[in-house]
Amino acid sequence: MVIRVEHELHTRRKGRNAGVGLLLVGFIAIVFGLTVVKVLQLDDIRQFETFDHAPRPQLVPETEVGQ
Amino acid sequence: MTDFSANEQTIQKAGHEAGMGDYFALLKPRVMSLVVFTALVGLLVAPVPVHPFLGFVAILCIAVGAGASGALNMWWDADIDAVMKRTASRPIPSGRVAPGEALGIGVALSGFAIVLLGLATNFLAAGLLAFTIFFYLVVYSMWLKRATPQNIVIGGAAGAFPPMIGWAVATGGVSIESVLMFALIFMWTPPHFWALALFVKSDYGRAGVPMLTETHGRDATRRHVIVYTLLLVPVALGLGLTSIGGPFYMAVAVVMNAWFLKGAYDIWQRDDAACEADKHAVEIKVFKVSLYYLFAHFGALLVEAALRLYGLGGWSW
Repeated sequence: MVIRVEHELHTRRKGRNAGVGLLLVGFIAIVFGLTVVKVLQLDDIRQFETFDHAPRPQLVPETEVGQ
Repeated sequence: MTDFSANEQTIQKAGHEAGMGDYFALLKPRVMSLVVFTALVGLLVAPVPVHPFLGFVAILCIAVGAGASGALNMWWDADIDAVMKRTASRPIPSGRVAPGEALGIGVALSGFAIVLLGLATNFLAAGLLAFTIFFYLVVYSMWLKRATPQNIVIGGAAGAFPPMIGWAVATGGVSIESVLMFALIFMWTPPHFWALALFVKSDYGRAGVPMLTETHGRDATRRHVIVYTLLLVPVALGLGLTSIGGPFYMAVAVVMNAWFLKGAYDIWQRDDAACEADKHAVEIKVFKVSLYYLFAHFGALLVEAALRLYGLGGWSW
């Protein structure tokens, strides 16, 4: 079944909807970019890798655990 | 009543449906440009480097926060805007945007900008942005604007915070440099605004907003221009002696302050007859000089920061 325009509101609000869509895409891009930058700024990337909402010491190499 | 029928009634009433441009106009984009420029300078002249993407997000948040306070101001001042010729075509008084929509956009964007700035950089910067929005809406718009002809003096603080926020983004603190950047805009606002008020025929009086030119007269306004310009000079020169100043900034500051001071003196020496005779030529010129003044000072700070990259900026070389 072909999706059809059901109301003239859809055409009338096309510009607004496109604008809101662009803003949402921009927001996603910002959150993604912030995540990448924040993770890359960690001094030791393993701080991130060994923390999954709860500490996971099994991911830390044994030599470091023993130290 | 369905959402569709409600919308149709709104459109019939206003004769126009709000587009993205109308919502953007709520954010006062021209004011935003000054905020972006001064915040960017505050961020770039700070001694701590900021990752370019974090810097971009920080400036975006400050701009959105400034826009949000503009929308909240338009929501609160819709009754005044409807009376005055200059502002009657704004989105709310013209009926293109409902007051509740402007309030919603203002509150939502404020929250978005403050939270994102805090998460992206630090919570001192976010706190300063929150205070700026509060100051502009509550202290200036709700309280001072309709209460005292000194509204622009104290309310001008809201426009002076952006470089301090930019500095806090980079350093996570407040220091003499950021306080003096704040003070520069704070002290510059009254003579800048009153030079404009002397040659623009406003209808603030009809809207019930006390303006110095109307409550105390034009001679008192001229005296205020020269006094505030005199108070501005030491702030501008003092900034040049801090770690972000240097010989280039100081040279620019001396020239611009002499130029602005001469203009303020000329205004002080005039009377209404002289103003009418040359159609406010001096006041118009001083207003333009005031715009160059702020741009030159913050531009010179940027140049000093760029020179420092090559070991040339500041007083130490």
